[in-house]
Amino acid sequence: MKKCEDVSKQLIAYLDRRANSAERHEVEEHLAACSACHQRAEDFRKLWGVLDEVPLVEPSLGFDARIRARIAEEPRRGWLGWLVPQPRLAFAMALLLALSVWMAKLPREGNVAGTEQQDFEAIKDLGVLENYDVLSKFDALSEVPVEAAPADQQAQPVNPANDQQPATEE
Amino acid sequence: MEHTQTLQLYGTAGVRYNVGAMTRSDVQLMLDVKAGDEASFNLLLQKYRTPLVNFLYRMVRNTGTAEDLAQEVFLRVYRARKQYSPSAKFTTWLFRIATNLALNSLRDNRYRQMDVSIDAPVEEDAAPLQLPARELRIDEKMIERDRSEFIRRAIAALPEKQRVAVLLHKYEEMDYGEIAKILECSESALKSLLFRAYETLRVQLAPLVSQSVANRAREGRPS
Ligand SMILES: [Zn+2]
Repeated sequence: MKKCEDVSKQLIAYLDRRANSAERHEVEEHLAACSACHQRAEDFRKLWGVLDEVPLVEPSLGFDARIRARIAEEPRRGWLGWLVPQPRLAFAMALLLALSVWMAKLPREGNVAGTEQQDFEAIKDLGVLENYDVLSKFDALSEVPVEAAPADQQAQPVNPANDQQPATEE
Repeated sequence: MEHTQTLQLYGTAGVRYNVGAMTRSDVQLMLDVKAGDEASFNLLLQKYRTPLVNFLYRMVRNTGTAEDLAQEVFLRVYRARKQYSPSAKFTTWLFRIATNLALNSLRDNRYRQMDVSIDAPVEEDAAPLQLPARELRIDEKMIERDRSEFIRRAIAALPEKQRVAVLLHKYEEMDYGEIAKILECSESALKSLLFRAYETLRVQLAPLVSQSVANRAREGRPS
């Protein structure tokens, strides 16, 4: 027969009905022969009933409103945000869009020299944004490959052990 | 949406609730949150605010602090939505965040106010904190609130890790694997931890435990 100490580890699983049949048998055999452990098992059952007496506290009425307000303060993501995974990427794309609009509005007639100069400036800047090497080194894009990585590489998305959610830098 | 049905599980006035039974669609809800559906976040909020606030209250013994910490848990879940991948149960993730925040809060508090009180957590494996003798003198007229307070205090006096184990096992009804993940220990170590915790509570709450049979008979509850 098992010793009291060995049974103690199995006792909780036995009482909450999560022990397998072999463990159940061992514990039952011990309880039938050991009055101390038998009493302990009885007491644990009663104890769990006692612990159930503690009523739940309800969150205060303003709880939901408060968390929603805090979430509303979080950096928002507009329609562009839902197309791309990172807010800063969305910002970069918005800049590109704004630049395109600005270019489209450039005067096509009139002061030819001025227009050419403006076009040159615009295209020069656009070149940077269209340059893949620059884009790929652009800080805002650094997290994008992570999003596309295979699931096993992000198997543990969050490490609450150090209490910080990863890669959420906004 | 199918998962809106689980919402009804929240808000029952009973003493017990079963997180285990509510986890069915949590992963899907969180994936919806990740995809930008804030309604799903609200469903998770409604579903878990009461379990979380209660877990945290039983950890820190202050309703205001418990609510602040619960807010922080939800905020962290929201902020981490884009990195979420369903590699673990949602509740494991949720309660791991909550556990870490609670333990940090207790430690911060301990450094702030160095006075030793019944609420102060004791070191793991330290001798169980003895309740003052007067606390153990319980007569039959003890009102329900005092009983609850007595029980809460006994739980609060457990070493931190034992306390988390009991709260997740008894009140959240989580399985051993999930609790072990939250506490970052083996299932075998968890079973020892639970045994020691319940053994301590059995001694501390002995007056209530020995009363419980009589109470149940008087109130007509099945034993
Ligand atoms: Zn024995």
